[in-house]
Order: sequence, then C-alpha cells, then structure tokens
Amino acid sequence: MAHSGISVLFEGTNFMRLLGGLWVTVKIAAVALIFGIILGIILGVLRTFKNRPLRVVLRLYLEFFRVVPTVVLLFLFYYILPRQMNFNLPADQLATLVFVLWVGAEMSDIVRGALISVPRHQIESGKAIGLNRFQLYRYVLIPQSLTLEIPATINLATRVIKTTSILLLISVMDVINIGQQIIEANNHTYPTGVFWVYGLIFLFYFLIDYPLSWWAKRLEKRRLEKANG
Amino acid sequence: MADKVLEVAHLEKFYGKKHVLHDINFSVDQGEVVTLLGPSGSGKSTLIRCLNGLETYQKGTITFEGQKIVPTEKNWQQLRQKIGMVFQSYDLFPNLTVMDNILLGPTKVQKQDKQAARQEAERLLASVELSDYANAYPRELSGGQAQRVAIVRALALHPDFMLFDEVTASLDPEMVRGVLNIIEGLADQDNMTMIVVTHEMNFAKQIADRVLFLQDGEILEQTSSKQFFSNPQTSRAKEFLDSMDF
Ligand SMILES: Nc1ncnc2c1ncn2[C@@H]1O[C@H](COP(=O)(O)OP(=O)(O)O)[C@@H](O)[C@H]1O
Ligand SMILES: [Mg+2]
Repeated sequence: MAHSGISVLFEGTNFMRLLGGLWVTVKIAAVALIFGIILGIILGVLRTFKNRPLRVVLRLYLEFFRVVPTVVLLFLFYYILPRQMNFNLPADQLATLVFVLWVGAEMSDIVRGALISVPRHQIESGKAIGLNRFQLYRYVLIPQSLTLEIPATINLATRVIKTTSILLLISVMDVINIGQQIIEANNHTYPTGVFWVYGLIFLFYFLIDYPLSWWAKRLEKRRLEKANG
Repeated sequence: MADKVLEVAHLEKFYGKKHVLHDINFSVDQGEVVTLLGPSGSGKSTLIRCLNGLETYQKGTITFEGQKIVPTEKNWQQLRQKIGMVFQSYDLFPNLTVMDNILLGPTKVQKQDKQAARQEAERLLASVELSDYANAYPRELSGGQAQRVAIVRALALHPDFMLFDEVTASLDPEMVRGVLNIIEGLADQDNMTMIVVTHEMNFAKQIADRVLFLQDGEILEQTSSKQFFSNPQTSRAKEFLDSMDF
C-alpha cells in the first residue's frame, strides 16, 4: 500500500506529540533565558566592580562555560555530577540548570561590555548629584546599557533555542526526541516519513528563530543609525 | 568677618608619579565668588574635582563648613548634596526626560516629597526659561539648553556651594551668554558661594570677587579680581592675561 509520507504527521496522536515536544523545548529555552538573563545581569554588574578576586572568579566562570561545548557541559552535569556529588535531577530540570548557567555566563559578558561603554561623564554627573553606587547602576548605567544589550541578547536567545536540539542526548523528551521516536515507529509504513518529520521540526525552529534574528538585526541597525546621526 | 565655607590646606595631588597640584592653600567665604584661572593643563579641573571627591588627593586637608572632610566615598556622597558641580560636557542622562533628570537627586538621594520636588523643579526650569522642555529628552535640546538644565539639576539639591568647570567651553558662541547669565544671577540674587573655572575673561572680571591664578599646579596669585585684572603681580599672570583675547 502506498502511503504519502506527509500522513505520518497526522497518524494517531503524532502531531500532538510533536507539539508537546516543542512545548518542552520552548519551556526549557524560556526558563533558561529568563533566569539566565537575570543571573547574567547580576554577574555582569559585579564584573564591573573593582574587586579583583571577584572579577577573576567571574571571568573564569565565563571562560569555562564559553570554552566547554554545551554538549559536554550537559554530559558533565548529567553523568558526572549525580555520581560524584549525589546530585540528582530529572533530565529536563538538569538541562534547564545547565542552560541557565550557560546563558548567565554569556549574558554577563554582554552586560559588562554594555556597562563599561557608557561614557565616564555619565558616572561623574551621577556621582555629582549624590547618587550612591546602587542608584548609579539602577537609574543611570543599567538603563543606558539596555539599548546596547538588546540585540546581542536576542542573538543569544536564538542560539539557546537552536542548542536545545542537543537535549535528546540526555533523553529529554523534546521535539527532536519525539520526532525521532515517531520516525522509528513508522519506518515501515512511511519510509519517507523522516523527511516530513524533520521538515516540520525545521519549520518549528525556523518560525521561532527567524523572527528573533530579524528583530535583533533591525534593532542593531536602528541603534547604529541613531549613534551615527 | 564672613564665615569660611571652604578651606583647603596643603593639598597635594599626584597622577601616578606626576605631581599635578603643589601645596594648594586657599579659602572661600560665605557668598564669595572665586574664579580659578590659568592656562590649559595647569590643574584647574583637577583642583575643582578634588573639592567634591571626584579625584583623590595624597596630602592636605579640605574643610567644609567647619568640618574637616574625611575623604571616604561615603562621606563624599553625602557632601555632594551640598557641593554641586556642573561640567564642561553636557552630561544630562539621555535615558531620562528633563524633569526626571532634575528630580533624580531630590527624590532618590534626598527622598524629598515628589510633589514638592516637582514644583521646585518647575520653578527652577522657569527661571532658566525652559518650562516648555520639562518632558523633552536631552537629545532634543541644544547645547546651551542642556547646560542650563544641568545647572538646574545641580541646584535642585539646594547646595550651599557650587563648582563650575568651564561650563561654556563646548557651547556654540551664541549659547554662551544665556548660561553665563544664569551663573551671574546665582551670584547676585541668590548670593551663592562658588568657584568658577572659565576662560571667558570678561565674565570672570565681572563676576569674581577674588581670583586664584594657577600655573603648573601651583597657585601663583590669589588676589581681588580688581587687582588681578588691572595689576597682576607675576609675569606669568601678565602673559596669561595678554594671551587671552578680551
Ligand atoms: N586622569 C589623568 N591622568 C593623568 N594625568 C592627568 C589626568 N587628568 C589630568 N591630568 C594631567 O594633570 C594636569 C592638569 O590637568 P587639568 O586639571 O585637566 O588641567 P586644566 O583643567 O587646568 O586644563 C595636566 O598635565 C594633565 O595632563
Ligand atoms: Mg579643565
């Protein structure tokens, strides 16, 4: 019997399962981004302080998460931490934790870079009206750094969403893992199903990531136009 | 005798090994206007910035309103509410409206009542003829307007003492007068005590009670304005005045 491959998507609950997987993916990415960005802002601010040991430690943290590939981080936390440190979390929560720490590291660099590019005059005129350090960051430096941070942050978000595709390696039931299961289960009935399943997954990722990266480009272009008059 | 607002004794300042202020001694009386004159690089900015803690100094003492200042960042933070400063660059906060620029100090630092602070800000804005710009952002202002707002922002804290560092130096010529008028008004009507660094010699001559002439980090002359402009004592000061076209 000839089956058109596309029907595999609508066989049984397949489509709903894929959507469910997509939801897991989006949830992990969203939670990782929200908490990672908050963590990154705090760490980024701390990295602008003069305290040397603090800066060295945070710099090492950043370099660690930047140099080690995310897959390796994931395995490290998934296979090694539980054994060595008796630290057990379900795979999806563990993945979220790894992503939060990774986003926090990357974000701290974005925030620090933006903060130190606010002109020195701004700091001095803030001090001159009696602002303390907290107020200086809260009302002057952080608001002014935001326009510099937003495009880079959106780009980071698209990277995070793309990188969720490695979650299947630690058996998180994300959209790719579910897709893989559907392909295997229907291999005989729908030999071309693999194209359709991955085609749909491609479309999911594209629909989420493309608008984000378009938005980041547009904001960056606007900012440069503004900066150059 | 008038009360001394500020007393500086044996102040020394180094940038690394570079000695930029040498044994600075002077005082400023209540209501007095002192202009700080001298060639570029003579240390005027450095000196005036030491007076509100934006620069550290290595030796000497600063006494403000009878209290010897212990130069910690925390103490300076408190003192800066009483010692206002306006800089050469138009340094309004670009992320805040004119009104919010002015209100930041009174409401966040001094925790003044919002409504009262706003009324005061409106009064001050009106006094520099910028009432219409309360809700504008700094980028919508000309340099002269921005500098007038910067002065208002400092005055909103009700300082006892004001420092002005070449506040007209980067303005277009037609904007200069408006800003100088405000400073003159402060001196004449409000009897504000202040130190003014300027290269506008006519303005200095008119506003100053006293002149400090600085060269290579040393105070070479410290005399009444009248004496300085009519009969400078040192050849350096004579050369300086001759070089200024006024
Ligand atoms: N941050 C700094 N580091 C090193 N040297 C400085 C710094 N700021 C100023 N100087 C030097 O200190 C001297 C006095 O400078 P400044 O106070 O700006 O003079 P003025 O305001 O009279 O033009 C100059 O020789 C200048 O090069
Ligand atoms: Mg100067």
